[in-house]
Amino acid sequence: MAEMYDVIVVGGGNAAMCAALSAREGGARVLVLERSPEYERGGNTRHTRNIRCSHAAADQFFSGPYSEEEHLQDLIGVTGGPANPDLAKLAVRESSQLPTWMSAQGVHWQQPLAGTLHLGRTNRWFLGGGKALLNTYYRAAAGKGIEVRYNAHVQDLLIENSHFEAVRLKNGSVEEIIRGRAVVVAAGGYESNIEWLKRYWGDAADNFIIRGTSYNDGTLLAALLNHGAKSIGDPKGFHAIAVDARAPKFDGGIVTRLDVVPFGIVVNREGRRFYDEGEDIWPKRYAIWGTLIATQPGQIAYGIVDSKTIHCFLPPMYKPYEANSLETLAAQLGLPASTCVNTINEFNRAAAGNTVARMEGLDGTCTRGISPPKSNWALPIDQPPYYGLPLRPGITFTYMGVAVDERARVIDQSGRPFQNVYAAGEIMSGNILTKGYLGGFGLTIGSVFGRLAGKEAAANARA
Amino acid sequence: MPGLDVIEEAARQLNICNACRYCEGYCPVFRAIETRRDFKKGDVFYLANLCHDCRACYYACMYTPPHEFAINIPQILAESRIESYRRWSWPTFLGSAFKNRSITTYLAASVAAIVCVLALVFIPPGNLFAAHLGPGAFYEVVPYLAMLTGAMILFVYGVAIWLRGGTQFWADTTATPRAPKGLKTFAAALEAAFGLRYLKGGGPGCFYPDERPSSVRRFYHSLTFWGFLTDFVATSLAAVYQDVFHRLPPYELTSAPVIFGSVGGVALIIGTSGLIWIKLRSDREPAGAGASGMDYIFLATLGLAALTGMLTLILRATAAMGSVLVLHLACVAALFATAPYGKFVHAVYRTLAIVRYEMEQGLQSRSSGH
Repeated sequence: MAEMYDVIVVGGGNAAMCAALSAREGGARVLVLERSPEYERGGNTRHTRNIRCSHAAADQFFSGPYSEEEHLQDLIGVTGGPANPDLAKLAVRESSQLPTWMSAQGVHWQQPLAGTLHLGRTNRWFLGGGKALLNTYYRAAAGKGIEVRYNAHVQDLLIENSHFEAVRLKNGSVEEIIRGRAVVVAAGGYESNIEWLKRYWGDAADNFIIRGTSYNDGTLLAALLNHGAKSIGDPKGFHAIAVDARAPKFDGGIVTRLDVVPFGIVVNREGRRFYDEGEDIWPKRYAIWGTLIATQPGQIAYGIVDSKTIHCFLPPMYKPYEANSLETLAAQLGLPASTCVNTINEFNRAAAGNTVARMEGLDGTCTRGISPPKSNWALPIDQPPYYGLPLRPGITFTYMGVAVDERARVIDQSGRPFQNVYAAGEIMSGNILTKGYLGGFGLTIGSVFGRLAGKEAAANARA
Repeated sequence: MPGLDVIEEAARQLNICNACRYCEGYCPVFRAIETRRDFKKGDVFYLANLCHDCRACYYACMYTPPHEFAINIPQILAESRIESYRRWSWPTFLGSAFKNRSITTYLAASVAAIVCVLALVFIPPGNLFAAHLGPGAFYEVVPYLAMLTGAMILFVYGVAIWLRGGTQFWADTTATPRAPKGLKTFAAALEAAFGLRYLKGGGPGCFYPDERPSSVRRFYHSLTFWGFLTDFVATSLAAVYQDVFHRLPPYELTSAPVIFGSVGGVALIIGTSGLIWIKLRSDREPAGAGASGMDYIFLATLGLAALTGMLTLILRATAAMGSVLVLHLACVAALFATAPYGKFVHAVYRTLAIVRYEMEQGLQSRSSGH
């Protein structure tokens, strides 16, 4: 175990690879420890598809300018104010450097995906999505002599007097110690650790679907907290959207999401509506429905539409339940038929006379005299066949992480930084995101802080 | 997924792609997927032939096996493509060559053997193994009429089967919206087909032979395609020399038929060997079951036809000319006899698929008011 690396990167997603590449640029000897097998490398980055960057002018891929001020305002608008405004400003400012740096690593770009044109001004699409991005980074890493180990399950960091000495790995029953001069922890959140989620959510967590990797069990977050790192962010908080209840427990990614909500009504397992389905436009509605369903009995809900709107949203991966009568549909979905049909009839009376919904914006086509109301796009559900889609909370990421400073150093409970411990990505995104989400900003945080952590760690190790 | 037939399995996978769309930037297949909501046989066949097997989507997909969604679009489209070749070919028993590649091998080998046997039976050994010089030297070995008759029969037959298949392709895929067939549409389609635009993996190159994007396959394919076309031009020029200017071959080294023929021949030899070489090294995971055998037979026949053609040129002043010429004719006969029952058909169906795609896109941009 005499081997000594300058910088050890724990994790294998976007933030980890940005850190590794940037540490290598700083002249460091770098080792990446990716917990997953090679096939699943890259954590939740595999499911990403674009990155939000500030820029002064339109170019081939951005449809218009996006100033740092506007970028920051969008962030504040969605999150209700970042936990650490200085770090938020840093991320927004440095994001303008990312496209050039990413291109230099070999990343190719493309026009925004169809149906996402509203993000074409603020976000940039890498060709083929997150796994293609990761492939590019791993190719670049191999070309630059960065060592990568897969199936490398880091259990703990050896830290003495706030100084990192080594990582401890476990492979089956074999333990291994690898020493390094600095460490960058970019190992994601803890959303796939159901037991951990149960601390805050109880047995409800058994019914959550985890949209991303099954490897984000928070081992490294727990280790850092154990070593006295300061935690930041609401431990109960997560970003969750409505996904198909038939989705796999882990790693279903983008294809299981359902955008059925504003096109019909949503009932719980008792057959009753519980929230205004027409409250707001994408992406806000996208981000609240996961948590809404998480608080319903059995953590399940059912989107119901009729033949008018079934083709108005992205085709679902799983076939919708289909029936020519509401009674039959309710039976197929396992809902109490009389309550469910009453709910729909009541809704239809409240929406009677509404004939046109304009989905481009809040159209004011609302229900009258029911609670909860549907404030927009409220069309009666009266044209068979009827369709039902079962919905569950799909957790994207968790908010709680470790506090860092403006050099990406992990902060301890007394407010002092560890000497040579850095963090990047989801494990520290709680410094900026407190609730809500801004599309493509997770990668912005991971890339900006990954590069920063890599550069700082390399400088530290070689000082 | 066991228990599903190829078309059903393709439909299952394409439906997942339609819910994802991350690969939209790579190629027309994904943009064509997005204009559909379900995938019937005709849709699958159309998309399968639109696919150039560049494999970019395979390496970019987070749902490839062992993920339970088990997405492998290059593979399932390659297998669907074979199904479509079989369906559109005629007669049925030869069409099964697409399922059972030994049929193609036997067909190629027996046609080549027949040519050789005929040569041995009808050409006196003293003639076949002697040197022939001067105008008409080739025809002293194999009479012009025999050569012309054989070539025309195989050529006309092959083209007829292709036309029949092409018509069926068009009929099977008419579920797609009808669009104006403007000249512009055809020009755009031919440009995409001849320029191999969709072997670029959306920009960086196709992911072949492995997960690193590269333009090596597009390079070899271009050499093969343009080499074949150049040789076709050389043959046509020779016909003009012979029938218009009444000059019998062999022609001098600086003549147009020889120059075109040599350039095309060398390009074909390099192109087909290159394609075979990278195919041998290629990743098996995204490959369709049974697809490569068909490709190898086609490439080998094409490459051998070019190689024996070049040898005929090099050895034409020697006593070996007769034997090499017969071998060359045997290879060309095998190539054309298997043209309707091997990978050669992709030239027809892929071009038509690109035309269909351009028509769809034209319709889309019209209807969305661009």
